This record gives sequence, structure tokens and C-alpha cells, in this order.
Amino acid sequence: MDNVILARTLFGSSLAFHIIFATLGVGLTFMILIAELVRLFTKDEDYAILAKRWTKGVAILLGVAIPSGTIVGVMMSLTFPGFIEVVGQVIALPFAIEIFAFFVEAVFLSIYIYAANRLSSTMRIISVFFVALGATASAVLITNVQSWMNTPRGFDMIDGQITNVQPWQAVLNPAFSYTAVHVVSSAYLTTAFVVISVGAYRLLRGNLSAREVSYYRKGLMLALIIGAATAIWTGSTGHKAAVGLHHYVPVKLAAAEGLFETQSHAPLAIMGTPDPEANRVVGGIEIPGMLSWLATGSTDGVVIGLNEFPREDWPPLFVHTLFNVMVGIGTLLVALSVGALLWRFIFKKNPYPNWLLLALVPSGAFALIGMETGWIFACIGRQPWTIMNIQRTADAATASGNLGFIFVLFISLYLLLLVLTALVMRFYFQRNPLNNEFQMTTSV
Amino acid sequence: MHEAYVAISIIWLFLFLYAIGGAIDFGAGFWAMYYYERKDTTAANFANLYLSPSWEVTNVFLVLFVVALAGFFPGAAFALGSLMIVPVSLVLILLTIRSAFMVYSYSVQKYTKLLRYISGITGLLIPALMLTVLPIIIGGFIEIVGNRHYILFDKVLTSPTVYAHIGFGLSSQLFLSSLFLSDYAREANSNKTYEEYRGKAIMFGPIMLSFAVAATLTLMPEAMWMVENMARQWELFALSMFAFSIGYSALFWPSKKVRIGQPRVAVILIIVQYALASFAYGWAHMPYIVYPELTIFEGLTNLAMYQSLLWGYIVMMAILIPLFIWFWRLFLKDKRYITSEK
Repeated sequence: MDNVILARTLFGSSLAFHIIFATLGVGLTFMILIAELVRLFTKDEDYAILAKRWTKGVAILLGVAIPSGTIVGVMMSLTFPGFIEVVGQVIALPFAIEIFAFFVEAVFLSIYIYAANRLSSTMRIISVFFVALGATASAVLITNVQSWMNTPRGFDMIDGQITNVQPWQAVLNPAFSYTAVHVVSSAYLTTAFVVISVGAYRLLRGNLSAREVSYYRKGLMLALIIGAATAIWTGSTGHKAAVGLHHYVPVKLAAAEGLFETQSHAPLAIMGTPDPEANRVVGGIEIPGMLSWLATGSTDGVVIGLNEFPREDWPPLFVHTLFNVMVGIGTLLVALSVGALLWRFIFKKNPYPNWLLLALVPSGAFALIGMETGWIFACIGRQPWTIMNIQRTADAATASGNLGFIFVLFISLYLLLLVLTALVMRFYFQRNPLNNEFQMTTSV
Repeated sequence: MHEAYVAISIIWLFLFLYAIGGAIDFGAGFWAMYYYERKDTTAANFANLYLSPSWEVTNVFLVLFVVALAGFFPGAAFALGSLMIVPVSLVLILLTIRSAFMVYSYSVQKYTKLLRYISGITGLLIPALMLTVLPIIIGGFIEIVGNRHYILFDKVLTSPTVYAHIGFGLSSQLFLSSLFLSDYAREANSNKTYEEYRGKAIMFGPIMLSFAVAATLTLMPEAMWMVENMARQWELFALSMFAFSIGYSALFWPSKKVRIGQPRVAVILIIVQYALASFAYGWAHMPYIVYPELTIFEGLTNLAMYQSLLWGYIVMMAILIPLFIWFWRLFLKDKRYITSEK
């Protein structure tokens, strides 16, 4: 493999690994905050137990999320030194502010975990609020850099020299608002569905006391409400992101939708394979006028196609599939969660029949796949550029040798940690069954 | 003062904070392993009591240093990135194993011993490996062919100064962490543990100092220019030595609270010693980031970014310092916490 491909694969797999832990860290801290608030208003100790067990989950996840985030941060300098050179000149601010968010998150998380019994309940909720705020803010800030890579602003490039730098203008680039909310909403969504999966699995497996059933149902209900709300929210932020692409990065939208010819009444192609010879998507389902309507708000709207751009600036055409998988999973999750909630409120006697639980069990895995494909689409859809229309990925990559060896080391590490973290989670929650928690709360 | 000097001073400050925090952190991880099976002392508990709430915060200081370096000196990030890919990757892998296994060890009681050994030993290696970067970037170990840099691994692996630096990294973390934990144990009125860590600090202080001297002397054949520059900073190094002598002797001063020694005075003066020595070392390093390839003037970012970052860090630190003080009170002073695991 040549060095550029190797650098991309190494950095890409590091990111793909890190975002699993980072996303769940962002989402779980948010859900812990919600559980604490629900407990404050209902005075139901089960929500305190939920918060406590999710907090343990966060603590284990962070054991991997923090060092893997450190890896990604440092590895960006190692694999794409050319990119970092531009970043340091133009878009260093969000990285710097992100450190601030990390500190807030780390300090308050320790306080929330290790000093909770010494704090007033208000102070405890304030602590967990800052944990969630720090986690979400770091997601927003890192997305800021990725949005800038799509819509670079705040500098002029004259003969390969960067001049007239305006750091805040770079931060406030046009893609920022819509990408940031989409990332945050989908992180909450992914986590809610992972929690739904676990809850549904436990209820389905049975062999639970009435107390445990009641506990798991509360957890599942809370996660379903958050899941449904964030799934709908993510759909709307995703739509805004697509409109943003239409305005600012049309080539990416064209590749995502497999649209070759610039046209009004552009059709929406679902699945299928974009074929540059045929100038259309082959084997997909076409909904006439739908793409124009989605991107511009009217079926008359003109959507720019790939043929407007030189061939060497096209992203790989398989991003169409990634995009479809992401949107498909998002739609499925809206249907699942809204459907489950409707069922719950219409048939109160048996709120969670086995077939419904069975349908909910794989939703967490789907959500993770949707999150991953979304990120991969965001990064591959920007190719061949690292910084859109400014710097090609090939020019940003390291010239260093030894990458192959390092690649093998990191991939083995990631596989090992994925397996071990799952085992540790399982082991911990088996050894500390719910009954222990129930006894602790009744004895207090 | 030139902007590059302000920026590099901030980098020095962040690096210094991480060096002290990281040394205590990794050292404490080692002691948690070392005393794990000792039933006669609570030394391992104290190490964990310190580590559990603090390791994440310490790790953020590392990221702070990396991000500040890449922000203020993008040119340095470029050069170091191409040059240091192998050693830095190894550090990252060790760091990940260390943190993950430490957290695992808190969660899986059945395998605590194995997990703690893995995290203790990988943690111990991290500062040692990090210190090897110091001699590599000041010369003699890099070959430039065309515009590609190569580290001469055969030369690195056979160089006495690299091993002296490794020894300095190992002994520093064991010295700083045992000293710090002795003060922590005294704060919790645990006299036996205090004596235990005080003994370790007394042992590792002179070892650390010998390695520091050895690391400097063995630099001569590799980077004479650096040693000459360091000699010009002799006042600072002498002051640093003075701080060490007084600080070390404080471990033998009479005390009303414990049998012997004033660990708080020792901790403060030893930190002063490291601050002076590292500042003098950094000054001697100037103006090079990577000798003789890259100076701070060539590596510095543009003026607009420099100013935004500077103000960003000032505001950030102003908000964070009260938070750190609160954190300190909750986990390093509050008797309800520090006596909770006795």
C-alpha cells in the first residue's frame, strides 16, 4: 500500500475506534443528567440507580475514550503533518478551547463520582450538568474543525502561503452550525438506542424479580423517550445538513445522492449504484423531484450534479451507499422508537411484548453502524481534499516510512480493547447485580 | 519580548505541569502495583486514592501540551510529527494500555492483580520513553536525506545518553511520586504509610540526581552545543541544586505531627528544583526546537492566531484555576475522602 492510503487507513481506523467510545461518553453523560433530573422530580430511587450504573459505564468507557482521544489528537500530527501545519495557522482555536471542555468534564466527573456523598444534591446535579456540558462541548468543538475542513474560511491562500488569517471567522464557518447539532443529536440518539438494546435484552431474557422488571421498564421507557426525541431531532438536523451541503459543498451532496446532471426536478435515488457511464444511479428506486424538494424546498429547484466538477475532484462514488445506510438506519430508528412508544401508551397492560423487545434488541447495533457510516461519509465524501479545494489529502500525509509496522500495532490494540472493554462491562455488571443496589438504597 | 519567546514559555509551563503531574501519576500507578499484595501497609490504597479522581485530569495536561505546541508552533508539529512517529506511537500505545487496564482493574476484582501489574509496568515505561525524545531532538541522532528525516535507531540504541535519560525518567517519577504520596499520607495522618513513602523518597532522591548529572555529561559527545549553553545557565542550575538540597533535607527536619520530616516543605522545594532546572534546560535549548533544523522563529504561527491563542489560554486558565483549587480541596485535603480507604 502506498503511504497516503496507509496514513488514511491508520488515522481513519483510529477515529472509527475512538468515536464509539467518545459518542457513548457524550450520550451517556447527557442521559445521566436526565436520570438525575427525573429522580429529583419523581423522588424515585430507581432513577438514582440508573444514573449510578450508567456512571460506572461512563467510567469504564472513559478508560479507553481518553487515551484513544489522545491517540487521535497526536496521530493527526503524525500522519497528516501537512494538515496540522495549516490547522495551526488557521483553525487552532477550537482545539485550544476543547481542552477547556476536557478539563471541565474530567474535573466534574471525578467530583460527581468520588465526592458525590460529600455534596448537596443541588451541587451533585450541577456537577453532572457540567460533565454533560463538557462532553457535549468537546464534541461540538472537534466538529468545528471538521466543518471548517468542508467549508474553509478565515484566511487567504496566495501562492501556497497562508495570509490574512482571521481565527474567529474560521471558527464561524458556514458548515459549523448544521454539522455541530447533527453530531450532538446523533450522539445522544446512538447512546439512547444502545441503552434501549441492553434494557430490551434484559427484559427479554426474563428470570427477573418484579422489582427488577419495574426497574428495567423505567430505564427502557426513559431511553425510548430520549431515543424517539433525538431520532426525530437527528432527522431534522440531518435535513438541515443536506441543505447546507447543497449551498456550500454541492459536490458532496451530488456524490451522496449519485446525481450526475445538474437539473431541476432532481429525483431522489435510494440505494443502487451510481454509474458515471450511464450518468445515473443504476438499480435504485427513484422518487421524482424529491431531491430538489429536499435540497431547495421546491421540486423546481436546481441541484448541481457531479458533471459540473472535474473528474479528479469527485469523491469516491460508493459514498452514495454510506449515505443511504445512514439515512435508512435513522429512519428505521424513528419508526422503531415512535412505534414502541405508541404501543406502550395504547396497550398499557402488556407494554413490552416479546416481539417488540426482540425488535428493539438490535437497535443499538444499528445506531452504532449509522453513526459510523455517517462519519465515514463525512470524511470520504470530502475526498480527494483534506481541506476542501485548498489541500489535497495526498499533500497532507506524512512522508515517514515505518507506517506499516505502526499500523499493525494500533489495529491489534484496538481489537484487543474492544473485546476487553466489552468483557469488563459484562463482568462488572454481573458481579454487581441490581439486587445489591436495591438493598443499598433500602438500607440507607 | 519576541512573540516566539512568550509562546515557548507557555509551552514550557504546560510541559512542566504535565511532567510533574505525569511523573506523580505514573509513579503512583507503579506503587499501587508494588504494594498491592503487602498486607502490612496501606500504601497501595493511598496511591489509588490519589489516582482514581486525578488520572483523567493529568491526562488532559498532556493533550493541553500537544495542542498548544501544534497551535503556537505548527512548524514544530510538522517536523516532530514526521520525525517522532515511532517513539510517539509507542508512548501512545503504552498510555492507552495503561489507562484502560487501570480502569479495568478497578472494575474486575477477580483479575485485579494481573491488570494492575500490566498498568503499573506500562505506566512506568511511559516517562522513560518520553524522555528519550529530549536527546533525539537536540542533535546527532537525525539524518536528513533529501527532505526526509530519519532517526538513526542504531545510534539511539547504543548511545549512553539515551540510557541516562531513561534512567532519569524512571528515577524522577519514583522520587516525585513517593515524595508526593508521603505528604498525602501525612495529610491523612497515616504515619506508617508516610514512613514507607518517605523511605522510598530518601532512596530515590540521590539516584535521580545522579542520573540528571549523568544525562548532562553523556550529552557532550552528542550535543556539545547544548552542554555549553547549559553551562551558561549555571546560576539557575545552582539554584535548582540548592532547592533540592534544602528540600531533601526537609525530610529529616523535626516535626510535631510525624516522627521526623517536613514532607510539605520537601514537595514544594523539589517542585521548585524541577521548575528551575527545566527552565534552565529549556533556555539552553533556545532558539532551537529541533537542532539544527527548526527554530522557534521559523515554527511560530502567524500573529493573529498567536494573539487569539494567547488570550484564549489566559481566559481559560483564569476560569480553571479556581476549579483546580476546589478539586485539590476535595481530593487532597478533605479528611472525609483521604481517610476513607484506611
